[in-house]
Formats: sequence, C-alpha cells, structure tokens
Amino acid sequence: MISIRSLNKKFGKLCVLDRVSVEFQSTKSYAIIGPNGSGKTTLIKCLLGMVLPDSGEIDVNGETIFKHWNYRRNIGYMPQIGHYPDQMKIGKLFEMMSDLRSDSSAIDGELIQEFKLHQIMHKRMHSLSGGTRQKVSGALAFLFNPSILILDEPTAGLDPIAVEVLKSKIQAEKAKGKLFLITSHILSDLDELSSDVLYLEEGHVLYNNSIQQLKDETGEVKLGRAIAAVMKNNLVKV
Amino acid sequence: MMRIAKHVLYDILRNRFVIFYTLFLLTITFSLFSLDSDAGKASLSLLNIILLVVPLVSIIFTTIHFFNSYEFIELLLAQPINRSVIFFSEFTAVALALSVAYLVGVGIPLFFIFPDASSFFMLLAGLLLTWVFVSLAFFASVSTRDKAKGIGIALLFWFYFSLIYDGFLLYIIYSFSDYPLEKVTLLLASLNPIDLARISILLKLDISALMGYTGAFYKAFFGTYLGLFYSFGMLLVWTIVPLFFARRKFLTKDI
Repeated sequence: MISIRSLNKKFGKLCVLDRVSVEFQSTKSYAIIGPNGSGKTTLIKCLLGMVLPDSGEIDVNGETIFKHWNYRRNIGYMPQIGHYPDQMKIGKLFEMMSDLRSDSSAIDGELIQEFKLHQIMHKRMHSLSGGTRQKVSGALAFLFNPSILILDEPTAGLDPIAVEVLKSKIQAEKAKGKLFLITSHILSDLDELSSDVLYLEEGHVLYNNSIQQLKDETGEVKLGRAIAAVMKNNLVKV
Repeated sequence: MMRIAKHVLYDILRNRFVIFYTLFLLTITFSLFSLDSDAGKASLSLLNIILLVVPLVSIIFTTIHFFNSYEFIELLLAQPINRSVIFFSEFTAVALALSVAYLVGVGIPLFFIFPDASSFFMLLAGLLLTWVFVSLAFFASVSTRDKAKGIGIALLFWFYFSLIYDGFLLYIIYSFSDYPLEKVTLLLASLNPIDLARISILLKLDISALMGYTGAFYKAFFGTYLGLFYSFGMLLVWTIVPLFFARRKFLTKDI
C-alpha cells in the first residue's frame, strides 16, 4: 500500500505537484492519467525517490520512504524512456541487475522469453530500437517479482504483439494481488488494465475513484469518453 | 559497494581511455629519463609535466565519465540501493582506475630508473593530486545537469589551480612585499593542491634555487619531513572536502 500526503514539488517557479494526497491500495490497479506535463512522471519519480519533493509525506507499506531505499525491493519500475549504458549488452545488463539484486531469489524471466529477448542477448543497448528498449525495460520491471509495479507509458512504442504480451502479463500479475500504477495516453488500454483512475491536471488531483464509479457518474461506457466528460465539466472530486 | 564499483570499473576499462593514459605516462617518463643523463633534472621535468597533466586528465575524465554514467545512475536509483553507496562506488571506481594508471605509468619507470626517496614522494604526491582532482570533478559534475557546463566548471577548476592562482599569489607577494608575508604565503599555498604537491616534492628533491620564496620559507618553517607530512595531509583534506559537498548535493539531487 502506498499513501501520499500533501506532496509538493516545484521545479524553479513551476509548480509540478500541488498538495497531492492519494492512497494506492494493494490488489488494485490504478490508471494515472492527465495531459502532458501534468505531473504524472514526477509523481512516480517521487515514489521511487529519484525526485525529492519539497514537502509532504510518502509511505510505502506503512513506512516512510525518505532517506530509505530498502522499500524499493518491492517495486518494479518501467520508465517512460529507458536510459541504459550504451555499450552494455542486453545479456550483461540482466546479469548485472541480477548481481546487484542477489538478495532476490524469485526471478521472473517470463517476459524475457515472451519478448524473445534471449535471442538478442549479445546486442548492445545503443543499437536497439525504441520498442526493443521498452521490452527490456518491461522485462526488468517484472524480473524480481515485486509486489508493486509502476509502469510509465508501458505500451508506447511497442508492436501490437508485444502490447498483447505485456497486457496479459499485467493481467496475470494483477490476479496475484499486486498493486499496479500505470500511466498512459491510450485510454482503451487502461480501461482493460485498471480498476481505478487518478486524474491529474497541472499538479492537482482532479479525480480519484474507481473507473466503474466514473462511468456511472458520467453515464458513459468507455473510459475515454468518461474522462472527456470530466475534462469538459471540470468535475472536481478528490 | 564494491559490487557496484566493479561494474563501473568494467565500464571504464571498456572505453580504453585509461589504457592510453597509462601508455602516455609510460612514454613520457621513459623518454624524459633517457633524454637527460642527470636523473635529478629529469625528475624535475617529469614533476612539471605531472603537475600539469595529472590534474587535467583526472578532472576532465572524471567529469565526462560522470555525465556518461547518468543512465547507469538512473538505473541504479530505481533499485534498492542507497544513493550514498552509488556515489562512493562511482568515486572509488574512477579514482582507482586513474590511480592504477598513474602508478603503472610513472611508478614502474621510476622504480627501474631512479629508485630514490624523492621518486617515492613524487609518486605519492601525484596519487594524492589524482584523488583531489577526481573529487573536484565530482563536485563540478553534481552542480549542474548540463554536460557542457559541467566540463566548463571542471576546466575552470584546473585553470584556476594551475595558472590563475599562481598569478594571484605573485601579485599579492609583490604588492605587499613591504610586510612580513611568510605565514600568509604559507597559508595561501595550502589553498592550492597543485602548489602543495609541488612544494612537497621540491622539498624532497632539495633544489633550493627552484623552490622559490614559498618553498624556502616552507622548509625553514617545517623542516623537510614535517613539511611533507603537512602537505600530504592538506592534500587529503582537499580530497575529502569537495567530496563531502558533492555527496551532500548528490543526495538531494533530482534525477
């Protein structure tokens, strides 16, 4: 479980997160949506301790994350744009990560097989296409069997087959009771994958409830239309 | 920590620059000693090259390396690893690679051609200078996100300590030559790691004519061994202080 209380973050004068308070419960799957620059990635990076907020608190499984790092063993992170050492081979990358995480015994290499990454283990990271990089990021996120998965635009750049592979992996892990945070601009994907929605705009939480509730309130069947209705009416409900 | 440092070291060795640096130092040292029949003079020329090249290579290589490992650092930060550990692993790996390059490139020829106490101190001073400038480079790298700016700051450090500072020191000594400046210059020399290294080696080489004003006073004030001890201690301080500030900045940096 993750609980965030009045989180503030400014980059210079720009206020990226403004008193964001949310709770993410285990076994649920959250869709984080909002326009470009609404603070989705910053929120995620705060959770991972990559960006340090100006004020506010974040607890993961009941313990504060500030000045701590051990909580990250429960988190798998798939970044929006995966940056990897250019000269490193794919095989070496997985080897290194396993070496650094030798504490973790439960290794889940399913995505490596499914994405056929084992066939290109000798390729260097800089020679990979954007989509293949995404596959590497995805495989890494699930590798250590974490109980919380944070996926930042997971399907962007993936080919249709890979998208389906990833989606069914997410469904399977969700069924095991894992907590998912997924950002995406492809709302139809989120409609399938998530149970709840967090709508951010300019650093504010505009909507935070279950998707079913949102659809009932707006009288729409599809998440896309329901969100459009929220944006139109500026339905503030936190 | 060593586990991460090992991976960083592997990455450094892959790009071969450190090997070129070693070969360069080997060539310079061997050729200086074969050109000059007087080993004392040759080691003096070597000293001047070391004082120029070692800080420059250390600071520029480290800065570029740091910016190139941004991806690696980003990758590690999402893992259950302490930021401090990442920082010190990076430092250890770079400092180790450059130290070994220096020890092999300068140490091996000196050991065969001129095995003398002064050679030993020259080696030690160069080693400490490497650490000081690696540490300064980390300080320069964490203060900005922009690679060009980072390298600019690093170069500025080098210019400042190897050129500008001496001019500044001379200016002070000339302008206030009517006053007793001994202790002031002693203090001022301690504020420049390159000067500290230079003085400590000159003390040991015992070439009083070349020691200049500060050096001569240094010797009178400390005597040879206390002087050496003091300057090596100050060089360690020069390593630790920038590293401390760089670490503090790194801990609160948004990646």
